[in-house]
Amino acid sequence: MDTILLYVIAGAGLLVSVFKDPAKTMTALRKALKALEGILPQFLVVLALVAVTLAVLDTETISRFIGTGSGAWGVLGASLVGAITLIPGFVAFPAAAALLAGGAGATQIAAFVSSLMMVGVVTLPMEMKYFGKQAAILRNVLAFGFSLVAAVFVGWVVSL
Amino acid sequence: MKKLLKRYASVIIAVFAFVAFILLFPAWRGKALNSIIFQAKTMLLVIPPIFILLGLLDVWVPREKMIKYMGPDSGLKGPVLAFLLGSFAAGPLYGAFPFAAILMKKGAGFMNILIFIGAWSTTKIPMLLFEISALGPRFALSRLAIDIVGIIIIAFAIKATLPKKEVERLYAEAALID
Repeated sequence: MDTILLYVIAGAGLLVSVFKDPAKTMTALRKALKALEGILPQFLVVLALVAVTLAVLDTETISRFIGTGSGAWGVLGASLVGAITLIPGFVAFPAAAALLAGGAGATQIAAFVSSLMMVGVVTLPMEMKYFGKQAAILRNVLAFGFSLVAAVFVGWVVSL
Repeated sequence: MKKLLKRYASVIIAVFAFVAFILLFPAWRGKALNSIIFQAKTMLLVIPPIFILLGLLDVWVPREKMIKYMGPDSGLKGPVLAFLLGSFAAGPLYGAFPFAAILMKKGAGFMNILIFIGAWSTTKIPMLLFEISALGPRFALSRLAIDIVGIIIIAFAIKATLPKKEVERLYAEAALID
């Protein structure tokens, strides 16, 4: 659904741009292609990394992992799984909802969802290309730490 | 040619590693292939509009405007705008990085860049609506609230920890993007 939105915005922008200045629009498209080519090697590496990660950690395995892990270790485990996987929300949320309905703790689910969104271990090659090793690793470490805090907070709110 | 080979060296290694993986672990073969096809489809679907928008941004938004609205001295305007830009974005987080690079090239402040990345990762509106319907408003909204706090804390922490030299280097690299 959000992809459709993206196309609508890009399409509208492109239309307005062509209308105002076709030459400039061509430059924009040339820049777009160039930017894409610039990141292509990292894209392809990430693709292979994601494929292998998600083969080993498929939705079922993840569910088992998060569904059974309890206490602090369960939260940490759920965060770790969220950090190294790359799953779109429309797959992750229903799976998380099923886990919640099946009795998994809200804290664990929140840890998973939060680190899934904020932390991207497999996409690090792309992040490092633009932000450098230092900033990229720093951001991911901080985000991982914070997702644990977020989990405790969400777990508490849900339990109220 | 040599330059091209050097740039794609990591890709060649990754391809070999992937092939080795599916040959060595037949149990995961089907899943790995399915997942690489699924991810490739997602990327192919999401990439064109993001890069078109990035190209349009580069061409149409003058540097002075960007500095005025999102520069380091833009006051409260900058972070608010960065936050909205990230929240109305769509697509996986890796789409935010090339976009952020163009914002840097145009002179957006580093703090605003960090807020933009944070917002793109956790407060995307379309995803939030989906999260509410799947996990309930209490879960989704409390996660949203705490993650907004997190975005700001993380942005401050990175800005405080990262050496100034490194930030300058990142901006110099971004300036080279054509």
